[in-house]
Order: sequence, then structure tokens, then C-alpha cells
Amino acid sequence: MDQFIHQVLAGLATGGIYASVALALVMIYQATHLVNFAQGELAMFSTYIAWALINAGLPYWGAFFLTVGFSFVLGVVIERVIIRPVENFPALAVVVVFIALLVILNSVTGWIYSFTIKSFPSPFPEQTLFGNKYMSSHEIGAIGVTLVLLLLLYAFFRYTPLGLAMRAAAQNPESSRLVGIRVGWMLALGWGLAAAIGSVAGMMVAPIVFLDPNMMGGVLLYAFAAALLGGIDSPGGAVFGGFLVGVLENVLGAFVIGNELKLAVALVLIIGVLTVRPSGFFGKVHVTRV
Amino acid sequence: MNKRTLIGIVLVLLLACALPFAVSEYRNFQFTLVLIYSIALLGLNILTGFNGQISLGHGAFYAIGAYCAAILMEQAGLPYWATIPLAGALCLGAGFLFGLPALRLEGLYLALATFALGVSLPQLLKYHRLEEWTGGVQGIVITKPDAPEFLSGLNLALNQDQWLYFFTLAVAVLMFLLARNLLRGRIGRAMMAIRDNPIAAEAMGINISLVKSLTFGISAMFTGIAGALSAIAVQFVAPDSFNIFLSITFLIGIVIGGLASIPGALYGALFIQFVPNIADEISKAAPWAIFGLFLLGFTYLMPTGIAGAIRLGWVRLTRKAHHKPSRVTTILP
Repeated sequence: MDQFIHQVLAGLATGGIYASVALALVMIYQATHLVNFAQGELAMFSTYIAWALINAGLPYWGAFFLTVGFSFVLGVVIERVIIRPVENFPALAVVVVFIALLVILNSVTGWIYSFTIKSFPSPFPEQTLFGNKYMSSHEIGAIGVTLVLLLLLYAFFRYTPLGLAMRAAAQNPESSRLVGIRVGWMLALGWGLAAAIGSVAGMMVAPIVFLDPNMMGGVLLYAFAAALLGGIDSPGGAVFGGFLVGVLENVLGAFVIGNELKLAVALVLIIGVLTVRPSGFFGKVHVTRV
Repeated sequence: MNKRTLIGIVLVLLLACALPFAVSEYRNFQFTLVLIYSIALLGLNILTGFNGQISLGHGAFYAIGAYCAAILMEQAGLPYWATIPLAGALCLGAGFLFGLPALRLEGLYLALATFALGVSLPQLLKYHRLEEWTGGVQGIVITKPDAPEFLSGLNLALNQDQWLYFFTLAVAVLMFLLARNLLRGRIGRAMMAIRDNPIAAEAMGINISLVKSLTFGISAMFTGIAGALSAIAVQFVAPDSFNIFLSITFLIGIVIGGLASIPGALYGALFIQFVPNIADEISKAAPWAIFGLFLLGFTYLMPTGIAGAIRLGWVRLTRKAHHKPSRVTTILP
């Protein structure tokens, strides 16, 4: 039983990270109706920036916030320069551009920082909190960071004029343009936010999986599964999906199918959700008009 | 097919036959790989270029073909040539079955599902319950086949690599012929009709779900046959050589070679075989950065790929004053 509780709680911790990446995917999906295959590599690149900043002697939280800011700018620039020209292209062209972005980020990171595995510091204390025997303090910290992130995003979209403008631009671009919202820039902001959220996820997962250019491959897959499970257009659903996928992955991996087939859980979830219930738990059901 | 195209094809084939006698053994091996890649790219192009279904996981079918050939040769003791049709048949079935749930998915979602397949495949191949057949992380080593005896009787002494090249060339010619006939026929037209306008295609009486899953199966069959050939040529299969980057390489090949173009498969294969070699001398990570830049460049500037560029160039060169230029079909706008 102890073992089971431990697996569930550890699952919640990694689930928090999946939830953050899933949230980033949903941000971009809501703004542009695109699924960003380069989200994982973007987060990985940001994490390397954080690593370089920490190695240059910055305190952890200083590097953390600098990286989040840098990722935001990077996301905006990528939207403006690379994604903009293909915005209205068919799906294939968009997928190709995302894949190009994925391989460029992956190899450029390897080029700059080499492919050797590096350790990444955790901001949370070594010893476990409150003397509990189930979770390390990094795991508790990662969950806390995810929840804070979610709260901030909720407040931003619910209570600020900019958040309202972004929601409007995503929901009805034509009408938003008529009332003076600069829709193009709202999309770019959405990308920036997504990149910033991704960077937080990257910095939270790096102490667990270690830093290397391919570290986000599995995380991205689980995040896809999480976003689909919760409904690809529902931020709350994505967070729920993230925690659920984290727990499922850990419990199934420990007790049912073994650690070797963990990625297959994501594959089955993705194909299962897409075929049985494409809108997920909380997503809107789309009806196409002939 | 007009006379000029026919002459061109015959010339290319003659050149291909002379090649192994003119280049070093290592180059010969590289050209064998080019032929293998061209078959795989042809398969992906049938699915993505001609039928409009995006696959980011075709490395999976390549892997199934390769493992099928390796297991049949090393454990069942089958001769190498017999494994090719069996690998093709297995992949046809596997592709058809994967195509069934994929029917409900379009565009980005299909890309997502196949991406998941591509990412999780190496882990499936390492699974310990299958280790008895797949050899786990170590993979399987295959012995290289010899040239058949009757050739030396004809005073045509080929070494193993040369023989393998000609064997691959024969399979490739067969597969290209098959693809051409398929795509020019009723099924090919149906595939393109579904890509261009599924609703109109259905109204014309095309059974969309059947044609789409069938296309998935045929495409997987081509890629699987290429995988089987690659296992024989490389003499080795291991899970980590079939990671997601293999599937991405195939996507790069068809985009740069030319979508919805049969010769495009060959141009794409040349590209993915030789460009990394050149770029490798700059840095270990460089080929992928260069691949990525090429992908972006082609998507923005030359969406019809090399095949489209050649066609356009040919039309421009041979255009007469009052002659209308023939249209170049595009998938990417």
C-alpha cells in the first residue's frame, strides 16, 4: 500500500510537469488551432539557457525569471518570423514547419552545449518536507509551481483587459479586429506565453530526467496525451489531464506493464482518445458543416 | 509517357547499371541505401503526397519490415530474397490496421497519432517479452548474402556489395513501376480525389474509408519492403536506429524531393543520403540544423520540391512563344 501511495504521489509530481507542457500546447491551440510539435524542444532550449545562466553565477531564482522572460521573447519572435508566413497554409505545411523547428532547436542546442548529459539544480531543499516519507521536496515544489502557474494564468485571462482581448482574438478574430484588437499580436503573445510556460516545465523536469537535448521527447508525448485527454481547447482540462496521465503512467509502469513500456501508455491514450472521444473530457465537440 | 521521358528513364537505368563498376565499394553501399530510401519515400509519398494523410511515424513500418527480414533470415533460416515479399505483406496488414483508427483523424491529429507511434516505437522493440525474437537492445546481426552461383558461370563475377546493389535496383524498379501503374489507375485517381475534395469524392461514389485505409496499407508495404532491404544491406537491426528522427528524415525526403511526384522520391533519397555526409564534416549536430533550414526554405520558397523545380525549369526551357506552360500541381500552396 505504501508503495502504491508513493507511486501515485510521484505520478502527481511528474503529472504537474506534463500539465504545464500540456497547458502550453493548449495556449497555442486556442490562439491558432495548431498543435505545436516543437513545444518540447522549445522548453528544452530554455532550460539550457537557465543552466548557462546558473553556471555563469546567477542565483537560481534570478536565472529562473530571466529564462522565463527570455523564453517569452523567443516565443513571440518565432511566431512573428517563422509561423506567421504559414498561418493559413494547409496542415501539412504547418506540420513541416513545426518539425523543422524541432530539429533545428534540437541540433543547435547540441551544437552549442554538446550532447553530454548534465545535471540541473533544484531550487527546493534536499531533505524532505515535514518529514513525510512519500515525496521529495522537489516533487512537492513542482506541483506547487504548476498550481501557481495555473492560478496566475486564470487570473490573467479572467481579470485583465489583455487577457480578455486574447480570448476574444482566439474566439472570433473578425469581430475582435472590428473592435480594435490587434489579432496578429494577440497570437504572438499566446506563443510567448506558451514558450514561457514551457520553460517553467523544462526547469522543473530537468532535475528529474537530467539535462540533455532529447530530454523532452517523452515529456512532449505525455503532454500531448494529457492535452487530448482533457480536451485540446480547455486549459483546466489540460491540467487535469496532465495529473491523470502522470499518475496513470507511474501506476501502470510500476504494477501492470513495467517501466519498459511506459511510452506505449501515451501512444494508446492518444490513439484511444482521438478515436473514441476526440474532444476529450472537457473540450468542445466540433461539428463540421458540409 | 512521351518518348522523351522514356529515353530519360532508359538513360538513368543504364547509368544505374554502370555505377557499381565505376565507384568505390563504400560509394556503392551508399547508392544501395539511396535506392532503399527511394522506395521508402515512394511509400510515404503515396500516403502524404497523393492521398493527403500526414504520417510522422513511417519509421515504424520501416522497422517492422527490417525486423521481419532479420528474424526470418536468422531464426527461420529463410533466404534473403524470400523475406522481401513477406515483409511487404506483413506491413500491408499492419498499415491497413493502423489506417482504420487513423480514418477518424485528419491533418494535425493524424500527424499527432503517428508522431506518438514513431516516438514510442524503440521502446516497444526493446520490450523484454519480445526479446527472444528481437534480440532486445542488442538487436540482430545478419550475414550478408552472396551473389548467386550462375552469375560466375556467365563470367560476371560480382562481389557481395555489387550483387546487393543490383538486387536492390531490381526491387526498386519493380516498386516504381507498381507505384506508377497504381497511381495512374482508378485507385490512384480516387486517392487524389480524396486529397483534393473528400466530399466531392464521396459524391462520385468513392468508398473513402476503404481507399484511405488501403492507401495506408500500400504505403506501409512500400516502406516495409525498403526496411527489409535495409536490414539486409546494413546487416544489422537495433531498436535505436528506428527512432523518431528516422520518420522525420522520411518526411524531409518527400518535402524536399517533391510531394506527389514519383521521381521526387529518388531526388529526396539522394538528398537525405548525401547532404548529411557533406554537413557532417562541419559538426556532429550540423546535418539536422541544415535539414531544418532546408525544410523551412523549401516550404516557403519551393513547395513543390526538387521535382517541381526540375519540371518548372524544363517547361521554361522548352516553352515556345505561344505555348501555354503546363501546370505544376502543388499540395503546399
